[in-house]
Amino acid sequence: MSETLLEVRDLKTSFNVKRSGRKYRLKAVDGVSLSLVSGEVLGIVGESGCGKTTVGRSIVRLVQPDSGAIQFRGGDVLGARGAALRDVRLNLRMVFQDPYASLNPRRSIGDSVAEAGDINGVFKSRADRAARIAETLSAVGLEPSFATRYPHELSGGQRQRAGIARAILPAPAVIIADEPVSALDVSVQAQVLNLMMDLRERLGLSMLFISHDIGVIGQISDRVAVMYMGRVVELSDARTILDRAMHPYTRALMAAVPKPDPSQRIVGVVETGEPPSQFNRPTGCAYAARCPLASERCLAEAPLLRPIGPDNRLVACHNL
Amino acid sequence: MMLSVRDLTVSIGPETAPIDIVSGVSFDIGKGEILGLVGESGCGKSMTSLAVMGLLPQPGPRIRGGRIDLVGADVTQLQPWQRVEAGHGRIAMIFQEPMTSLNPVRRIGDQIAEAVRVHDGVSGAAAQARAHELLDLVRIPDAALQLAAYPHQLSGGQRQRIMIAIALACRPQVLIADEPTTALDVTIQIQILGLLRDLCNRLDMSILFITHDMGVIAQLADRVAVMYGGRIVETADVGALFNEPRHHYTRGLMDCMPARNLGARRLPTIAGQAPRPGAIRTGCVFAPRCAAVQDLCLVAAPPRIVLSEGHEALCAFPLQGERPS
Ligand SMILES: Nc1ncnc2c1ncn2[C@@H]1O[C@H](COP(=O)(O)OP(=O)(O)OP(=O)(O)O)[C@@H](O)[C@H]1O
Ligand SMILES: Nc1ncnc2c1ncn2[C@@H]1O[C@H](COP(=O)(O)OP(=O)(O)O)[C@@H](O)[C@H]1O
Ligand code: SF4
Ligand code: SF4
Ligand SMILES: [Mg+2]
Ligand SMILES: [Mg+2]
Repeated sequence: MSETLLEVRDLKTSFNVKRSGRKYRLKAVDGVSLSLVSGEVLGIVGESGCGKTTVGRSIVRLVQPDSGAIQFRGGDVLGARGAALRDVRLNLRMVFQDPYASLNPRRSIGDSVAEAGDINGVFKSRADRAARIAETLSAVGLEPSFATRYPHELSGGQRQRAGIARAILPAPAVIIADEPVSALDVSVQAQVLNLMMDLRERLGLSMLFISHDIGVIGQISDRVAVMYMGRVVELSDARTILDRAMHPYTRALMAAVPKPDPSQRIVGVVETGEPPSQFNRPTGCAYAARCPLASERCLAEAPLLRPIGPDNRLVACHNL
Repeated sequence: MMLSVRDLTVSIGPETAPIDIVSGVSFDIGKGEILGLVGESGCGKSMTSLAVMGLLPQPGPRIRGGRIDLVGADVTQLQPWQRVEAGHGRIAMIFQEPMTSLNPVRRIGDQIAEAVRVHDGVSGAAAQARAHELLDLVRIPDAALQLAAYPHQLSGGQRQRIMIAIALACRPQVLIADEPTTALDVTIQIQILGLLRDLCNRLDMSILFITHDMGVIAQLADRVAVMYGGRIVETADVGALFNEPRHHYTRGLMDCMPARNLGARRLPTIAGQAPRPGAIRTGCVFAPRCAAVQDLCLVAAPPRIVLSEGHEALCAFPLQGERPS
């Protein structure tokens, strides 16, 4: 029986932004609910700006949500203090897109990797600390000697391995990986994805894996949540989404992936439209302006996520 | 040929000990043709295109050898303004991040009109009218409304359309597009690719399309040049390249795409990482990562083998032409 590790309910996070002298309240995440069971990889996919990163950052408390509840092993995350907060910090660990920005350029790789352990008093002794750093670097395929190097001396792929080492050192239960391979070249991307799949098996990690690339998401995820303008529009098993997407946005997303086969050209054939500005969000369904199935109701009323069909699938759409 | 590049070498470092970042690159682009230039970060795609534009950053990289012909005239050592003065072929370029090339505090219409003024020598109503026409050409709806907008009020896809409109102001015969869709989402990327293909057909324009994405190459290119370590390692028609990749690097790039391996427990990889410029001085630049490497590859520069008409590979032991799964 797999335990529910992480539960996110009706999460809303917004930001104050200024544009041409006017202030706006930008709803980056507008009512997202997700759960993650132990050992599972949940992929979050969607276009740039749809709120994927903000979901991740809200969970690890890098941004303050407006409302909603987040629970880790049944305990409150957003209100955690003291020992409970320490538990959250050591168990919910984030890997960032840009490994260069996430590693302090003036600290050695070893110090960066050990940071969470240092802050939370995890190490028994200096020798224990050095051993844990060496062991963690080896686990991500870096020589222990990398501990004394600095970020600028590493290649992109090596930096991302160091970023992963930094996340897994405290033996966390959950990794929240935000576009961990998006900044890497395809050949190196495959190396890092393989590493993440290995670690997941060896360490029994659960993961929230965020990417705009459905190919990468399909590769690593057990279940997939598709986001559009701050909301989840479809959630199901990875295979179900990849083989039989239902929501009109998911279907456009799948249809627009450039297939590496010149005999299957879709350029000039696939019409997907463009998203509205985030500053004038429509009242009804945010996808209505692009949607071939849109009806009167879609303009007036935002659809709620509900179960549709036999596949254990949730979809937010009035017309399916 | 609209654009013909022969043995182009771009180098950095002192004259006495130059380091080549682009090394003996040759390709041709015919009228109305799209050549895809594909390769990983740092392999020399942008330096090649900047050299072709006459826009290499100063001081730093310089053209040390080779020749660039634009619509029949040698422009190798000419600055962009010298090319215009001499009435040579017209060439324009668009970049990955349109926001950095657009002025954030000027209205879109003024920025396009400025480009029109430079190229057509007209201003006022005539320039605005041409700006309107250019927006129609790149299929921006409500052109009149959008001319008054500022860049941040537009979506990423619309900004890239604006950049294309500005590039079209000089009525280019050749357009260089350096990763123009890399920062965009797939649903928007596909629209921009469609627009480029359409412009190429309607205006009989030639395009050098630069990307690291094999999927985009398959969707858009007529011909392909695969670049690695400053060299072109394989050229072919797009169909031949995907059906029968002959260079080991090309094959490796195709194999490690997640889209080809959905659900697999492990992805095929290319071991190691791309070399720094100048790091490999003898033999094949791909040798340290090549699964088929032989002793000869380490000590002798690989030959350029012509496999069939228009299909070449820079490899001593090319693949025998099996189709990737
Ligand atoms: N101004 C410069 N001075 C010195 N070296 C440079 C300069 N610009 C680029 N290089 C080097 O030249 C090589 C080729 O760079 P280039 O920008 O052409 O690569 P690219 O293929 O366009 O890569 P990307 O996919 O990352 O855009 C790289 O090793 C790069 O570090
Ligand atoms: N700190 C912030 N301040 C203001 N706006 C932000 C901030 N972080 C994110 N946003 C905005 O919130 C929206 C969602 O952003 P993000 O979660 O980063 O999207 P994604 O990760 O899906 O690309 C975007 O419009 C983004 O610009
Ligand atoms: S609710 Fe309406 S507009 Fe939204 S996706 Fe469904 S059919 Fe389209
Ligand atoms: S020349 Fe040798 S090392 Fe280079 S790609 Fe061909 S087989 Fe591999
Ligand atoms: Mg993000
Ligand atoms: Mg580049």
